[in-house]
Amino acid sequence: MNTIQKIGIIAFCSSLFIFIGLLFTSSFTLTSEITGEVINDSSHFESLSPGLEEIYDKQLEKPEFISSVNAVKEAVNQQYRNNEEWDKVIHTDYTLSLTRAALSGPVKSNTLLWLLVILGLSTLGALMYISQKWKDQPAGIKNDHLMFRSMTNRGIIGIALGVFLILFYIFLYKLPAYIIEWIMLFDPVTMLIKGEPASQWFMYGFFYTMAIVIMGIRMFKKYRHSNYQLLRTTSVMFFQVSFAFMIPEILYILNLPSVDLKNIWPLDYTFFFEYRLNEYIESGTIGIWMMVWGIILIIIGVPLLTYFYGKRWYCSWVCGCGGLAETLGDPYRHLSDKSLKAWKVERVLVHSVLVFAVVMTGAVLYTYFTGKANIIGISSYEIRSWYGFGIGFIFSGAIGTGFYPFMGNRVWCRFGCPLAAYLGLVQRFKSRFRITTNGGQCISCGNCSTYCEMGIDVRWYAQRGQNIIRSSCVGCGVCSSVCPRGVLNLEVKDGKGRFGNKVLTGNENTVSS
Amino acid sequence: MEKIVIIGNGISGVTFARFMRKLGYQEQLIIISSETKHFFSRTALMYIYMGHMEYKHTKPYEDFFWSKNNIELVYDHVKKVNTQDKSLKLESGEAINYDKLVIATGSKPNFFGWPGEKYNGIQGLYSYQDLQKMEKNTEGIKKAVIIGGGLIGVEMAEMLRTRDIEVTFLVREGHFWGNVLPREEAEMIADHMRKHHINLHFNAQASECKSKDGKRVSSVLTTEGEEFEADFVGITAGVSPNIDFLKESNIETDKGVLIDEKFQTSVNDIYSIGDCVQHRNPPAGRKSIEQVWYTGRIMGETLAQILTGKDVRYNPGPWFNSAKFFDIEFQTYGTIDVEKQENENRFFWKHPKNNVAIHLAFDKNTGRFIGINNFGIRLRHEFFDKKLKMKAHISEVMSDLNEATFDPEFFRSYEDEIISEFKNSYPEIEVKNQHKPWYKKIFA
Repeated sequence: MNTIQKIGIIAFCSSLFIFIGLLFTSSFTLTSEITGEVINDSSHFESLSPGLEEIYDKQLEKPEFISSVNAVKEAVNQQYRNNEEWDKVIHTDYTLSLTRAALSGPVKSNTLLWLLVILGLSTLGALMYISQKWKDQPAGIKNDHLMFRSMTNRGIIGIALGVFLILFYIFLYKLPAYIIEWIMLFDPVTMLIKGEPASQWFMYGFFYTMAIVIMGIRMFKKYRHSNYQLLRTTSVMFFQVSFAFMIPEILYILNLPSVDLKNIWPLDYTFFFEYRLNEYIESGTIGIWMMVWGIILIIIGVPLLTYFYGKRWYCSWVCGCGGLAETLGDPYRHLSDKSLKAWKVERVLVHSVLVFAVVMTGAVLYTYFTGKANIIGISSYEIRSWYGFGIGFIFSGAIGTGFYPFMGNRVWCRFGCPLAAYLGLVQRFKSRFRITTNGGQCISCGNCSTYCEMGIDVRWYAQRGQNIIRSSCVGCGVCSSVCPRGVLNLEVKDGKGRFGNKVLTGNENTVSS
Repeated sequence: MEKIVIIGNGISGVTFARFMRKLGYQEQLIIISSETKHFFSRTALMYIYMGHMEYKHTKPYEDFFWSKNNIELVYDHVKKVNTQDKSLKLESGEAINYDKLVIATGSKPNFFGWPGEKYNGIQGLYSYQDLQKMEKNTEGIKKAVIIGGGLIGVEMAEMLRTRDIEVTFLVREGHFWGNVLPREEAEMIADHMRKHHINLHFNAQASECKSKDGKRVSSVLTTEGEEFEADFVGITAGVSPNIDFLKESNIETDKGVLIDEKFQTSVNDIYSIGDCVQHRNPPAGRKSIEQVWYTGRIMGETLAQILTGKDVRYNPGPWFNSAKFFDIEFQTYGTIDVEKQENENRFFWKHPKNNVAIHLAFDKNTGRFIGINNFGIRLRHEFFDKKLKMKAHISEVMSDLNEATFDPEFFRSYEDEIISEFKNSYPEIEVKNQHKPWYKKIFA
């Protein structure tokens, strides 16, 4: 590590410490004016304000403030429930907005400054570090020391990162008021582009995109000898920056449904929720077109493109989850479990999630068309909230990303993503895509299996001279890159002979292995 | 119940055992090894040292595989083979008897009896134990000397460079891997090694290792009188069959265990396969000792067929091999000798900037394609296997070259340049360039 790299790491870590430190810099004082401004529903205001009055003009710490606000709302709702006044129960979340409005401290007084400090230091630090990586080394495979590093082989630093990411997701989804400083940092940006304060999702989207771009630059450096990897990385960076991040904001400004037009049901599990369908319909021709586009992707786009190119067209070239896995997650790809047992678990889990998604969506549509919530005694609203919590938050978020340093960068894509399961079924049974092996050249070294992020034991096939047509293969092409003997190649060819005969060239007395 | 005992759990012995089961053999199979409990890929040892993989990643089969296939594993060392009462004496003191014995004990690094070669910090690299030793021997050191310019040497150089150890590479021949590679490609590889900061010395014959404290090596002397400082010395001047334990037995050996075309040794019911064998009658055009992964595997496959009753002989197809020199991948199909042969025409092409090259040999008179070395470009094994077997004409090989490439999508294609250069060199040979650009291949 040279000086520039050391400075880079110091800059990046300082930015991280400041970022975390900001959470402890504010105090919270509620006033009657704030309460009046935030709670603009008059009946809500009437029922909540008597309780809130108790903390008016008191300077509180964050946890105390949040729990007081929550307690007031809970007490009010409890009373309504006791009186069976169900329609009066308050579902609106005022905690986040009250916390934001009551905040005072450095983030409030110098928001833009802190935002620039954090983004500047972290970006600069990361780029300084990356710029010096593999310096003076000819282009080639760069996996030296990966197994020795704490960060990349489940050491203390790796575990700390995993814990940080998991906590981040828990706060993001369930306790956003506690990270109000982080959210507010982006107010200057959102005020500028759309004239309103930032949501936690804007903050999340910003960091997500930043991670893909910066770690994408790292990929360019790491794989500069491979045009396949360069193009693929460019593609995920492009789709994240434009489709996932910028276009939805533009659509929002244009007062159109703010959606990611490359996100496909059932990964985009809210696609058929009534608020989404209504939004499309209310937005006129363009809205209808967006809805039709989404449906075309599901029923024509997925099978057709997967038939021609394999599921990689989506999973490792377009998808946002895939984009993060292929950039931020690249240093962790070797941590995926290659055992037969893991494969068995994977098949059961991923297809169960697909079934769950289909059932949940069926229930949602049933409610949409019939107006009835109950299906054989279960409310479709309950089903969707289970799905949102279990799959949307826990599986794809906290585990999906938080487990990078523990189980590799594709935990969600491999074990949980219902769209990956759907794409995988097409890829397994009807596609021109396969990974071919080069005659008898395999030496069973295991680089391919080690670096397969989907946990496919690629070597098992390669050493038998068998094509690899596993449903989970996302076509990242890394097995082919790391192979020292030029054995593996991602190919699209005529479907004939795809399942292949397992013959190792080189022995005149060969028998099918 | 019949009992087949295999000594050695490398690629040959393990392939043999696997194919016995595949071909329906249901009697007892025992594999004895003192190297590791389970089969691992020897070729991946370097990646463990470099931190690309851990030992567990180098095991091609999960540990349950062996009991599932009813293959018994014994972690012990065979000291002696007693052919009279058909038994093996093990290091642990136990004895194992056999009905049939398969010797697949591989190789050991060559040493030459130089003065001082027993000092600490001097070693070869072949076994898992060698790797562990190298890990210890290179801890915290600054300078290393590697003696012997072949595949293991360049691997060792790559390994040491990942730990920022200064590497001096002493090569006896005038160019790298001088008994295998023609000069043109050897020079390209030498240039590439220098880019990786290897100090290469050709025509340098080591003759002695010296030590300052009488324990640990401190320098290497060459016959020319040059002295190179060294905290570590890697001796990688080839390997030879690992058969010392057979010396007192009545199994006939020379450099290796002598076998016929059916792997039968001089003693009934004893067979030998892999690196440790020496063929009495090697197949046409092949050497009597060939120590590569692929021949070991092919021998294992073939012996299993023989012992399950098929009437076949050792018959490897056309020669092929592969390697990687730092970042340059190498494959070879057919034969390319170091020097151009009497009956041959040669064609060498190298990209002016990139480390991409091919070297072709074909018959001067008949035009028959003889062999190819390719570097930095991947070519299909099946393609050349077929062309070699059908004794294809060079014009046919060149015209179909686009079918042969195995490079990933979007990679730069070199076929046009190669073919036009070939046409310049041999205008009398007709070549049709059937190259398609990548976007046409994508929609093919």
